[in-house]
Amino acid sequence: MSAGAAASPARLPGAAVAQPAILLHVRDVHARLGGAHILQGVDFDVPGRGVTALLGRNGVGKTTTLRAILGIVPRSGTVTFDGQPLDGLATFRVILRGIGYVPEDRDVFAGLTVAENLRLAERRGVPPRYDLVFDLFPDLAARRRQAAGTLSGGQQQMLSIARALLNPARLLLVDEPSKGLSPRLVGETVAALARIAEDIPVLLVEQNLAAVRKLAEHVLVMAEGRIVHAGPAADFLADAALTQTLLGVSAGTGAQA
Amino acid sequence: MSTIVLLALTGIGLAGLYFLVASGLTLIFGLMRVLNFAHGAFLLLGGYCAWLLGAQLMDAAGNVSNAGFLAMLIAALAAGAVIGTLTELVLIRPLYRREFAQVLVTVGLGLVVGALVMGIWGGDPRNFPAPPWTHGIVRILGANVPASRFLLIGVALLVLVALVAFLRHTRYGLIVRAGVENRTMVSALGIDVRRAFTLVFALGGALAGLSGALAGVYFGAVSPGLGSMLLIDAFIVVVIGGLGSITGSALAALAVGLLQQFANYYFTGIGDLAIVLLLAVVLLVRPRGMLGAST
Repeated sequence: MSAGAAASPARLPGAAVAQPAILLHVRDVHARLGGAHILQGVDFDVPGRGVTALLGRNGVGKTTTLRAILGIVPRSGTVTFDGQPLDGLATFRVILRGIGYVPEDRDVFAGLTVAENLRLAERRGVPPRYDLVFDLFPDLAARRRQAAGTLSGGQQQMLSIARALLNPARLLLVDEPSKGLSPRLVGETVAALARIAEDIPVLLVEQNLAAVRKLAEHVLVMAEGRIVHAGPAADFLADAALTQTLLGVSAGTGAQA
Repeated sequence: MSTIVLLALTGIGLAGLYFLVASGLTLIFGLMRVLNFAHGAFLLLGGYCAWLLGAQLMDAAGNVSNAGFLAMLIAALAAGAVIGTLTELVLIRPLYRREFAQVLVTVGLGLVVGALVMGIWGGDPRNFPAPPWTHGIVRILGANVPASRFLLIGVALLVLVALVAFLRHTRYGLIVRAGVENRTMVSALGIDVRRAFTLVFALGGALAGLSGALAGVYFGAVSPGLGSMLLIDAFIVVVIGGLGSITGSALAALAVGLLQQFANYYFTGIGDLAIVLLLAVVLLVRPRGMLGAST
């Protein structure tokens, strides 16, 4: 949360202070949605630096895991963020502890302008980091007055990330940022995330293994509501048999999972 | 010609009343997905509070001064705001995330308040004190139009402008507009969206209370059935306008008020049938209403 790192506009202030080795502990998290037992005892840790990718086939509970951490879906189990339990906190309080959330499908407010989407994220007593987000995404600065619903998918993704970065965050939860984007835009998004991840640890849900390969240091693999594999990203992605078994794709091709 | 002018101004005046009730309903529904069946009760309490105060202030002829009338309107507004706030805090909030239960509790509250009003002040209409000018006639384009129509139109316009300004230019307005689109995402930006819930209930209650007093002026009396009667029209306005849209509600109120008046006059007494038909047509052609959100 230090503002001291703001000297260079290219650096992201906020998270450059020492982070604990393990920033987020998730233990025995269960969640049920409409009677279905989606999360069946999820356990994992997110280290205090770099990108941790949460992988798995469609419908195994990756998005629900992020939403359970944030308290958007009701859950049991314990989640500890920087030594403090998040259990039972309302979503806005979890966010205010220093977590930024970039949801699946961007979820920008379509009827609000770009400027209003960002203004909504401003917090009392916290200087908004407009320099930072407009440095990362100059496109947004030029489109401040445009309704967010009329932005392209890639621009909406940038707005969604910008919104999460406007306040100092100590952890970003990013849900499928490459979904529905053209290869060029995926490249831009990955590059932006790589820059962000130099300073802020990221828990990334992603199906695009090429993106995962570029970004992630650690991987967590889910199957049927549990974590079934955790380890260094490079080792996992190099193991064709393992990726085939757990994701149903060969990582060698870098194709969409 | 004079008939058309009279019908049009009466329709627009009535539209003002519908809009005042519907604007609160549509904000509450847009943000919280709760169809507030207690809104008629808010209106009723506002109307009766204004009447109680007016009965203290009026002279022997049943007139009140302009200052007294203003006090009555403020009392109605305040009563509505208080009951709206209490409803959200005491009844709605404990049922967070249980929207069906929230709707049921508003149905219950509506019934209880209606019965209480009936029990305390009886079922007969109570004459509503107002300044003499509200009973006056304004000659316009050959038509004799009761002045109360202009009061309703003026207040409704004022509220419309104030609401739009609030939604466009204030932080809470921004939160409400965003929340109407996606309130989960509002929370996920670190905003306590429940405060906005209380706010829209207070605001909606205040506007309903105010419309209770204005309905008293328009009909010349308040009665226990006033709330449920106007609530039905307001629901139709909200659905036609698009759930969650203030400008949609304003336009729909205008359409409903005018259609009701003209249909009633030219096809004796089918005003209510006409607006239900309008509702059906709008739902067939544009199921989300005139200016309904895409979600």
